[in-house]
Amino acid sequence: MASAHARIPRHSSARAMLRATGLFGLAFVIFAAVLLAAGKDPIRAYRDILSSTLVDRYGFSEVLVKMIPLMLTALAVAIPSRIWLINIGGEGQLYMGALFATWAATYFAALPAWELLPLVAALGFLGGGLWAAISGVMRAYGWVSETISTLLLNYVAILIVSFFVFGPWKDPESANYPQTAEFVAAARLPTFFGTRVHLGLLIALVAFIVYHVVLTRTRWGLEIRAMGGNMEAARRSGIAIGRYVLVLMFIGGGLAGLAGVGEVSAIQGRLRPSLSPGYGYTGFLISWIAGGNPYGIVASALLMAVITAGGDVLQMAHRLPGSVVNILMALMLFVVLARRRVP
Amino acid sequence: MRQRGPHPLRVLLVLVTSLMLVVITMGGAARQANAAPPALIVGILHIGSVTDGGYNQAHAEGVRYMQKMLPGIEVIEVENVPESADAERVMETMIQRGAKLIIAASFGYLDPALNVAKRHPDVKFEHPSGYKLAPNLGTYWANTQDGFYLMGMAAGKMTKTHKAGFVVALPVSFFLANVNAFHLGARSVDPQFETRVVFTGTFLDPGKEATATNALLDQGADVMAMIVDSPITVVQVAERQGAYSVGYHYVGVQKFAPKGWISGLAFNWGPLYVRFARAVMDGTWRSEAIYGNVASDYLVIAPFGPAVPASVVRQVSASKQAMINGQLRVFMGPIKDNHGNLRVAEGQVLTDQDYGKMDWLAEGVIGQPR
Repeated sequence: MASAHARIPRHSSARAMLRATGLFGLAFVIFAAVLLAAGKDPIRAYRDILSSTLVDRYGFSEVLVKMIPLMLTALAVAIPSRIWLINIGGEGQLYMGALFATWAATYFAALPAWELLPLVAALGFLGGGLWAAISGVMRAYGWVSETISTLLLNYVAILIVSFFVFGPWKDPESANYPQTAEFVAAARLPTFFGTRVHLGLLIALVAFIVYHVVLTRTRWGLEIRAMGGNMEAARRSGIAIGRYVLVLMFIGGGLAGLAGVGEVSAIQGRLRPSLSPGYGYTGFLISWIAGGNPYGIVASALLMAVITAGGDVLQMAHRLPGSVVNILMALMLFVVLARRRVP
Repeated sequence: MRQRGPHPLRVLLVLVTSLMLVVITMGGAARQANAAPPALIVGILHIGSVTDGGYNQAHAEGVRYMQKMLPGIEVIEVENVPESADAERVMETMIQRGAKLIIAASFGYLDPALNVAKRHPDVKFEHPSGYKLAPNLGTYWANTQDGFYLMGMAAGKMTKTHKAGFVVALPVSFFLANVNAFHLGARSVDPQFETRVVFTGTFLDPGKEATATNALLDQGADVMAMIVDSPITVVQVAERQGAYSVGYHYVGVQKFAPKGWISGLAFNWGPLYVRFARAVMDGTWRSEAIYGNVASDYLVIAPFGPAVPASVVRQVSASKQAMINGQLRVFMGPIKDNHGNLRVAEGQVLTDQDYGKMDWLAEGVIGQPR
C-alpha cells in the first residue's frame, strides 16, 4: 500500500461486485434468521419477494420505476466522490430539481410537449445543480465542508418546497391541501409499455454511459482520475481543483434534480411535500455500497428497489410489520460498514 | 483503474442468470390453494404504523372489526406506505392478489387511487377525507368540528390556567376549523380561555411534538390537544408534566395518560367498513361522499378520564344532544378572528362547506395560520 489515499474503495469493478454479492448474501442470511425468529419461513419469504418483483411483469416494471430516482441520486453521490467530495445532499437537490421543474411546467404550460419537456428537464437539472453548487462554492473557497453543507441544505430545500406548496403555488381546487395544481399533459414525461416506467430510465442510463465515457476517454476524466488518485500531486501539476469541485457538484446535483423531475413530472403529476421517501439518502447508501462504481450502482439500485417492493409482499403475504424491511436495509448497511475501511 | 479478475459485465450476467434460475426453480412450487376462497378480499394501506395509537390504528382496528363481523373476508394490509410512487404499486399488487375493495387510508393516496381506479373499474375504492369521486371511488369522513367544540367545552371546564396548547400538523382549513371549534367550545364555558397553537409542519414527528408540547406547557397551558397522526407523544408529555389532555383519532389513547386524560374525539371506522364490505359483496356499492357527524356511529367521544367530574360529562353530553337536534351550532356569529376582523357576522352560521375555506384563527387563539 503506497498511500492510503491512492487506493481506497475504488478497485476493479468485478472484484467489487463479487465482494458486494458476498456481503449482501451475509445480510440475507442474517435477515433469514430474523424471519425465522419471527416464526416465518425465510425461503418462502424470499421466493415471494422475487416472484412478485423480478419475475412478474408488472412487478418488474415497478422495480424499474423505483430504480430511476435511486440510480440518479446514487450518481449524484458517485460523481463528486471521484474527487473525494461527499455529497449527502441528494434529497435536497432532488427537491430543488422538482421545484424548478414545477415552475417550468406551470409557467410555460402553453408550450407544446416537445418544447416544454426539455425545458422542464433542463430546469430540473439546473435547480438540483445550482443547489449542489452552493455547497461546491463553499467547499472550493474552503469555507464549509461540503459534507455538512449538503446535508443541512436538504432541510432547507424541503422547507423551500413546502413554502411554495403551502403558499403561492397551492392548488385552489384541492381543499386547501398542500399541493400544486396538476401538470398539463404536455409537461408529463412519457411512460412506456402501459407501465409507469418513464423516460427517466433512459436519461439515467445515458447518464451512466456519459459518466463512464467522460471518465475513461477524455482529458477531463484523466484530470479527475488524477485528483482522485492524489489530490496534492494534481494540484501541483496545475489542475484547477476549485473549478472541478464546482463542476462535479453541479453535475451531481443536476442528476439528483432529474430524479426530482421524474417524480413530479412522470409519477405524481404535481408537486407535493411528500415527493420522495428519502431517495436522496438511499442513493447515498447505494453509491457507498457500490464504491462509486457504475455497475455496482445499477446492481445495488436494483437490489434496493427489489427490497422496497418486496417489503410490501412481506406485509401482504406474511403479515410482517412494515418496519421489517428497514431491518434488512440496515443489515445491508451494517455488513458494508463492517467490511469497508472509512476513507 | 486496474482491471483484475473477470470483466464486470460478465459478472453481472452471471449474477442475473443465477438469480433467474433460483427464481424459476423456487417459483415452480405452486401455491397451495385455500380450502374455500374468501368471500371478499379487502386491501388497506396505511401511511404510518398501525400501532400509532392514532390515525392509522383507528383505520386498522376498523378493518379488524370488519373481519370479526364478516368472517369470510380476507384482509391484505400494508403499513408505512409513502404518498409517493409507492402507493400505486401497493394498490396494484393488492388487486393482483385479488382485492376487490381497497381502502386508501390517507389523504395523499387520492391521486394514486384515482389512477389505479381508472385501470380497474371492477375494484371499488374508498378514500377518507378526500374531495374527489370516481365511478368506483367513494370518499368518507365526518364533521369533526362539532366534536372538537365538545372537547373544548370539557377543556374549558377543567383548566385552571385558562390556557390550552394545541399541536397541529399543518395549517390546512379543516384543521384551523377544528382549532377554532375547540376554542369556541372552551370559551362557551370560560370566557377568558386562550388557545395557543403550534404547527409542526408534519403529521408525525415525535421530537417536534414533544418540544412543542413542552413549550406550550411552559407558557402556562394546562390542557393539551392535538391534530397529528399519533396523539401518544403529546398526551404522554402532558401527563408527565401533570397537565390534562384531549385526544384525537383513536379511542384507546387514555392508557398513555391515566391521570390527565379528559376525553377525545375518535373514529370508530368498524361499522362503516362493515357497510362498505357488505355493499361490495351484495353488489349495492355506490360511489358517494359520506360525511358523518357526532350522531354517526363511526365518530365517537372517547370515555372520560377519572379527573372529569360527572357534571362536566353531563354538560358535554347535553351539548352533543343539542347539536344533534340542531339547537347548537359551532360557528354562530358574531365571531372575530385574532386580528380583530369580523369573520362571521351576527346571525350568520358557518357550515361544512365554509370550513374548507377557513384561513383564520378565532379571537383568543394565539398563532398564525400560515
